[in-house]
Amino acid sequence: MRRFLAFAKKEFRHIMRDPRTLLILFGIPVIQIIIFGYVVTNEIKHVPIVIIDRSHDETTRLITDRILASPYFETVTNTNTGKNIHQWFKKGNVRLTVVFDRQFGKKLIKSGVAQVQVIADGSDPNAARLMVGYLSGILAQAQQEINKQYGMVNPVGIESRMEFNPELKGAFMFVPGTIALIMMLISAMMTSISIAREKEMGTMEAMLVSPLHPLQIVLGKVVPYVAIAFLDAVIILALGQVIFGVPVKGNLVLLLGEVILYIILSLSLGIMISTMSPTQMVAMFISLFVLMMPTILLSGFIFPIENMPEALQWLSLVMPPRWFIIIIKAIMLKGAGLMFVWKETLVLIAMTFAFLLISIKRFTIRLE
Amino acid sequence: MIHIRKVYKSFGEVNALSEVSLDIQDGELFVLIGPDGAGKTTLFRMLVTLLVPDYGSIEVNGLDVVENFRQLRTKMGYMPGTFSLYPDLTVEENLEFYASIFGTTIRKNYDLIRDIYKHIEPFKKRPAGKLSGGMKQKLALSCALIHRPEVLVLDEPTTGVDAASRKEFWIMLKKIQQEGMTIIASTAYMDEAVRGDRSGFLHQGKLLMADTPGKIREEYPYPMYSCRSENNYALLQAIRAESSTATALLFGKTIHYSPVKEDFPVEELMSGLEATGKYGRITCEKTKPELEDSFSYLSKGIERSETQSGMTE
Repeated sequence: MRRFLAFAKKEFRHIMRDPRTLLILFGIPVIQIIIFGYVVTNEIKHVPIVIIDRSHDETTRLITDRILASPYFETVTNTNTGKNIHQWFKKGNVRLTVVFDRQFGKKLIKSGVAQVQVIADGSDPNAARLMVGYLSGILAQAQQEINKQYGMVNPVGIESRMEFNPELKGAFMFVPGTIALIMMLISAMMTSISIAREKEMGTMEAMLVSPLHPLQIVLGKVVPYVAIAFLDAVIILALGQVIFGVPVKGNLVLLLGEVILYIILSLSLGIMISTMSPTQMVAMFISLFVLMMPTILLSGFIFPIENMPEALQWLSLVMPPRWFIIIIKAIMLKGAGLMFVWKETLVLIAMTFAFLLISIKRFTIRLE
Repeated sequence: MIHIRKVYKSFGEVNALSEVSLDIQDGELFVLIGPDGAGKTTLFRMLVTLLVPDYGSIEVNGLDVVENFRQLRTKMGYMPGTFSLYPDLTVEENLEFYASIFGTTIRKNYDLIRDIYKHIEPFKKRPAGKLSGGMKQKLALSCALIHRPEVLVLDEPTTGVDAASRKEFWIMLKKIQQEGMTIIASTAYMDEAVRGDRSGFLHQGKLLMADTPGKIREEYPYPMYSCRSENNYALLQAIRAESSTATALLFGKTIHYSPVKEDFPVEELMSGLEATGKYGRITCEKTKPELEDSFSYLSKGIERSETQSGMTE
């Protein structure tokens, strides 16, 4: 035990004395959560729009007010001619245009039918779809208000509600995904590199000639990273809650337990990689291309698994982050208990044992 | 006792060691000499249980390096060719780490390393990466000694270290030997062959000789002259061109020259060469062969027999 503690102490010293390692361990999680939270968001906010009002009556003013009251849109101009629309769109300083027909209010009250034209910048199709969707929602609400005002009967009203994420915030998706990504990065990549470094420097040679059991060597290397990865997970969860309002609806203890399980899984993966890599370069290469890319692309972090070709869907089954993301989304956002995620948890446990078994088999007690 | 019995080791197509047999006594300081790539590191790695011989066996103090590797690992001190220190840890932290993985403390065995460690102790708060070559070497030796091993194996401990530190290092080893430790060190510097009780000469994976420096000198079959001139390089070429010459080697500022026959008239040859005026004054005197002469003779013998057998095939 004393030997093991001495080993862990040495490993902590390596980490604390290398500014680059420290930056990777503590800087990247914070930077990444902020980048994902703010920049790589697919929400829309403060979209510049132009309202072309050819009617200028009470109803159009009411609708305009409602549009501008939402956080999604803000006007560039309010005009009554649509001459320069194309110019504006080309310049890019306008992304959406709303056109009210002449005599809009009168027509609406008289016949119950009036035309609103919505023109969106379709060069970014996802954003365009979202903008039009948000605007339709606002228009539908305004219409109900107007109908009430004039004592008219409402047609079928659709009242939609987004369960678990009523405001459709991107952060709800990115916080769990970032935890999965960062844990993988720190646990798997950093440990595999640090073990490969000992091989490269020749210190592994001196260590193997000591009475240390290989298991002690590996555990000593890994334990500091468990602590750091766990700390990172807590930081990400806290930032997610404070900055982006991502809640932890479920049991916090269960959530942290699952995080620890996933950290151990990633570490065993890292150990397995290190048994295959003679140098730091190889360890880094394997970690980046075999772990990071699939984590981002195939785990359902960014792209929905249901939309993938069938072969890739099968491949995603062996991606540990896929299962972990399901688990933490369920616990954090839906407040699910262990009853709902025990299957995924079992998959993670099985994977951990598999990786550990392979690592122990491959970990050499000698140099060949 | 260390018994090395007919050990073979190859890496793919390369035969690193072939039929190496060697006995080393308890408390002996044994020096293994050989050029780069001779197989010294491979032999040492097998000694310290890091590699397994393809054929043959190695026993260290009654324990087999393959079967009983775990017991052996508590009794060996090993200093790899790379020094294996952590550059970001301080001198003290390095030593402390190696002490703790062997289950001991610096204080317990301080008396053993005191003479070596006191040179670097003033810098104990300095990262090991910022030490000079000589200090790194002393620290690495301290780390290998800190658990008071029975057998100390040092892989080229003097490579990359200045001449003064090299000399000092062998004196330190002599002192450690007084503690009853068996020490095996390798070197690529021929002049360090005399530092041990016995030396072995490893050449292309074969152990050509292992004996005391005196005995190795006696094995040299030719008379030996040490010659000086004003143009040694040209003179060397001229001597080598003579059919009566067995070997001629540059040795510092002199030429070590051996004629084939004991009664060869060296004076006559030299005065003949002097008369050409190309070499200035030439003086030759009879001398004893150095270890280097013997090793050179032995390794040439191997190469000779190899080319001959190659031609007959």
